[in-house]
Amino acid sequence: MGGLQKKKYESGSATNYISRNKARKKLSLSLADFRRLCILKGIYPHEPKHKKKVNKGSTAPRTFYLLKDIRFLLHEPIVGKFREYKIFVRKLRKAYGKAEWSGVQRMKENKPAYKLDHIIKERYPTFIDAVRDVDDALSMCFLFSTFARTGKCHVQTIQLCRRLGVEWMNYIITSRSLRKVFLSIKGIYYQAEVLGQTITWIIPYQFAHDHPTDVDYRVMATFTELYTTLLGFVNFRLYQTLNLVYPPKLDGQGEFSLKSECEEDYALESESYSEKLAALSASLARTVPSVEDEEAELDHFPAEGEDLEKMETREKMELEQNKQKKLFEGLKFFLNREVPRESLAFVIRCFGGEVSWDKSLCIGSTYDETDETITHHIVDRPTIDKQYINRYYIQPQWVYDCVNGKILLPVEEYFLGVTLPPHLSPFVEESEGDYVPPEKLKLLALQKGEKPQAEEDEEEEEEEEDDEDDEEEDDQSEDEDEAEDEASLAEMEEKRAQGKSLSVKVTPGKVKPENRMRTEQEEKAEEKRLAIMMMKKREKYLYDKIMFGKKRHVREVSLLRNSSILYAFF
Amino acid sequence: ILDNTEYLYKMCVFESFPIQSRQKQKKLLHTGMSKFTLILTSLNLQVLDKCKIFSSVSLLVFITFSVRSQDIRNTVGNIPMEWYKDYPHIGYDLDGKKLFKPIRNKDELDEFLDKMENPDYWRTVQDKMTGADIRLSDEQVDLVHRLQQGKFGDVNFNEYEPAIDFFSNEVMIHPVTNRPQDKRSFIPSLIEKEKVGKLVHAIKMGWIKPRRPKETTPQYYDLWAKEDPNSILGRHKMHVPAPKMKLPGHEESYNPPPEYLMSEEERLAWEQQDPEDRKLSFLPQKFACLRAVPAYSRFIHERFERCLDLYLCPRQRKMRVNVNPEDLIPKLPKPKDLQPFPTTQSLVYRGHSSLVRSISVSPSGQWLVSGSDDCTVRFWEVSTARCLKTVEVGGAVKGVAWNPNPSICLVAVSYDDTVVLLNPGLGDRLVCTASDQLISSYEEPEEVKDQLVQWAVAEGEGHEQGHRLILKHPKAVRQVTWHGKGDYLACVMPDNGSSLQVVIHQVSKRRTQNPFRKNKGLVQCVSFHPIRPYFFVATQRYVRVYNLIKQELTKKLMANCKWISSMAIHPGGDNVICGSYDCRLAWFDLDLSTKPYKVLRHHKKALRSVAYHRHYPLFASGSDDGSVIVCHGMVYNDLLQNPLIVPVKVLKGHTITHDLGVLDVTFHPTQPWVFSSGSDGTVRLFT
Repeated sequence: MGGLQKKKYESGSATNYISRNKARKKLSLSLADFRRLCILKGIYPHEPKHKKKVNKGSTAPRTFYLLKDIRFLLHEPIVGKFREYKIFVRKLRKAYGKAEWSGVQRMKENKPAYKLDHIIKERYPTFIDAVRDVDDALSMCFLFSTFARTGKCHVQTIQLCRRLGVEWMNYIITSRSLRKVFLSIKGIYYQAEVLGQTITWIIPYQFAHDHPTDVDYRVMATFTELYTTLLGFVNFRLYQTLNLVYPPKLDGQGEFSLKSECEEDYALESESYSEKLAALSASLARTVPSVEDEEAELDHFPAEGEDLEKMETREKMELEQNKQKKLFEGLKFFLNREVPRESLAFVIRCFGGEVSWDKSLCIGSTYDETDETITHHIVDRPTIDKQYINRYYIQPQWVYDCVNGKILLPVEEYFLGVTLPPHLSPFVEESEGDYVPPEKLKLLALQKGEKPQAEEDEEEEEEEEDDEDDEEEDDQSEDEDEAEDEASLAEMEEKRAQGKSLSVKVTPGKVKPENRMRTEQEEKAEEKRLAIMMMKKREKYLYDKIMFGKKRHVREVSLLRNSSILYAFF
Repeated sequence: ILDNTEYLYKMCVFESFPIQSRQKQKKLLHTGMSKFTLILTSLNLQVLDKCKIFSSVSLLVFITFSVRSQDIRNTVGNIPMEWYKDYPHIGYDLDGKKLFKPIRNKDELDEFLDKMENPDYWRTVQDKMTGADIRLSDEQVDLVHRLQQGKFGDVNFNEYEPAIDFFSNEVMIHPVTNRPQDKRSFIPSLIEKEKVGKLVHAIKMGWIKPRRPKETTPQYYDLWAKEDPNSILGRHKMHVPAPKMKLPGHEESYNPPPEYLMSEEERLAWEQQDPEDRKLSFLPQKFACLRAVPAYSRFIHERFERCLDLYLCPRQRKMRVNVNPEDLIPKLPKPKDLQPFPTTQSLVYRGHSSLVRSISVSPSGQWLVSGSDDCTVRFWEVSTARCLKTVEVGGAVKGVAWNPNPSICLVAVSYDDTVVLLNPGLGDRLVCTASDQLISSYEEPEEVKDQLVQWAVAEGEGHEQGHRLILKHPKAVRQVTWHGKGDYLACVMPDNGSSLQVVIHQVSKRRTQNPFRKNKGLVQCVSFHPIRPYFFVATQRYVRVYNLIKQELTKKLMANCKWISSMAIHPGGDNVICGSYDCRLAWFDLDLSTKPYKVLRHHKKALRSVAYHRHYPLFASGSDDGSVIVCHGMVYNDLLQNPLIVPVKVLKGHTITHDLGVLDVTFHPTQPWVFSSGSDGTVRLFT
């Protein structure tokens, strides 16, 4: 065999990957800057297929980046900005040391700043890509907007996050694209469908944060920097699609009502305006005056076979969705002061309801508690002193359950002081063999239009009837038993009368009932067992693993079912 | 005096302060003078005493004069005066002559008297430099007092003079100084002009730009105005989008169904688990109303972890195994289509009281012989399970083998170190007598060789029972096997490393030969090739195939298992199966390779025995787990097609005693039936 001997690790996967330290040296950045760059540019480590080959024979745990990714970072203009910033910091420190205050002032004014617009454009070449990835951005912005304006991060960031969050919520309200809400112990999950993309985000409950010490806020701040930019551009574009003015403005009525209201409470007009926007009670101004409720009706195409079926299902879905969008239309809500105002106002307005609250609670309330036309009063306390007759006093869970159930649920289970029915996650989609909680079954029945109460009664009656039948049957069987006993007794007596008889006895042969189905099944099972014996080792391993998972799932489901039955009794 | 004063001024001032501005000089002169005076005062108190002039200037003048007239100054300078303690002089005057210490003859008493009598004693001090006594004047005493009290030396000095604020906000009519303004205040500065000129030039050239107003809020615009729907980033070929966060289930609800809440035990177990191992990262909780729900303490943590996952977690595109487990099961021909094969247990041959080690079927298929540890050999009729004959032998029977030649009725039985050839006398009488005659017709050869094995003819009672020939071996015999023609008989005497482990007997000539000069390893079993003159020897890990005519090793099969227990050869002669104690069954295709074509791990425990059917494409394996597995093993005549192996039936019937299950299996020569003998003392027939 001729030719030069190939050296190891000079081609193939070893050259496609680069370790983090090497990458950092190649870019000549500090670790913090490298981290920031990775976050902003969305560069993440890759797990090589053959780690040992890439790691040059060593099995030490090491993170690897794609060499192409790192090369791609080399031409990033932001790297230059990082360096500039580094130089700026050095200069500033020097000026401080020399007590050149005018120099310090000048330098501070010329602090190098960078923009992330091009990065956003590059990471998300199309708008849909950006919308698809907006989940984390939303969650982060909503978290940052709840931070106190002291320490931890810049006040501007917090304000910006708040502004973007409010803009987003206003968009969701105007486009009515909220689909699901879930009250979890962590916070409130919302799921919206924007331009065909399902977007889920979580907002923590309104409490002061106990800031943990083992969290690196610089990393979070870098992410937020990126996310605010992304969210800003996404909001701009979304507002454009709805012909709304960006930055959002209240429409004529809202503006008027604002002016009339408590002007003197806020020092700055801009502040009061943003507060008013955040109240989520008024609609937004549009660039083009909107035509009232133009319903995009689906065009009917001549279709056959499967297409027809698909079309029908699509139409059905569309109808259902439209119905859901108008879930609270015509209902007037009033929020008591102890309920989470923002969340409820957001959800109710998303489904077309009218909502108001006490004037002292927040700016932007539209009507008083004394309004006679209020249909639902949301209260989260055991009792309330003064009650109006013509409205329902309900607990907040009703609103969320209605949204998830896509129908107006009966209010009886949600009255004040009543033990609430469990709040189920709308995100769980049970496939076959999964455990379905009984409450979900009830809800499904309700959605189909059956009346639960009557049904239950009927069932009970049926059960009673069944019981009676059983009893009758028991009687019958007892009678039969008695008859049999008598017969056997007679036989015994006969035997005794015969006295000693031959020990060998010919008993009539019994025909074994051949259960064809069963034998067939057994045959099949044995066939399968034999085939499993012939499996290859690797496939057998995989098969065992899958079967193990399946069995575990079945076990868990049965455990849940058993415990639910147990709870139903007690 | 005044002129002199002027002169002095200049002299001392210019000497001490070389060149300064005039005003500063004056100032310094003023302060310096007073200091100078003080020094002088302290030094020349004697001189000062005589002087009546009070102003500092005149004092100074006077000092100079007086010094000139009567100069007794010591010139040693500022040194510790005790250096002159032991000398009569105390220093030198200006002319370099010794200054002698004044004569001091006062003793303590004189001192005391002086103190008592002299009214000026208290104001008399000794000059250290000259050693003379000096009486301080009133002024001097006064001065000392003032200095002691921390006051200024000058009586006339007023330290609380009213301050005059010259540079106040009140504009005076006249300037503070009458100095005319400088010329430079009227002429534009050249340096400044140059600087401004440079700046103007820089602005003109565009080097300096006016400061742009700072943008405090970010500006948003339509970023995707000109988006290309097909644009994909070059680097995104390997892009793995971050997975979305898992959506919450029912257990995360603030008011979950009760079955999702953890019981006390589950909660304890949860708390004891490592946070990484937990299935849920939180404890499900139930709150009566929304108002009672507290803040989630790990919210920021979870967000942070998500951030870390996004930028720190290595991503890998994993092909999720989304296979239907049913698809993994290989598609084999249905056992139904591969019939006939034994399916049910139809007969049980009971009679032995101990393990049945070995069984064998007569070539006609009518009789079955079994050898057991209870020192008996039993002959059974296959179709009825009746024991026709029981022959007692002198030890636990290790192996039985029916002669495969249908024209001879002989059974080889091995126990201890003996192999007995039995004629059971069953079946066709002609055949029995023919085989008896065959044995008795043996004629002793002329030259008697020394044989390894003693051949003896059974006589007396033994003969009655059917014993015909008795072969005494040097070692215990474990296995006996016949050649297909029925003349040769091979015996195995396992003994590690010994040269005598396998012997081949020729019955017609009563001759014994040891085919191998040396045996490698422990021989487990041997077998003759059914057609060709080959001989298979299975040691612990290998099967060696010898050519008996050429007397050489043809092949060495590697079984890939720890310890071979049994071996069987396909009637076609090209395939071998080996059972091993590590639960494997290896199928060798001799044409393909020396490695197993297939290894089957069907049994749960050690395999004890394997067997091929003579006509049907079946083979069976018996194991310690008490089961016999019958497989369809089709060997095609077409060399290109590999054998087809399909397990068709698991036969169970034997009970496991002493951790042993099935000890031997064998097929019926013509029917698709399989016999198995077990440790429970039974032989079973499966049809």
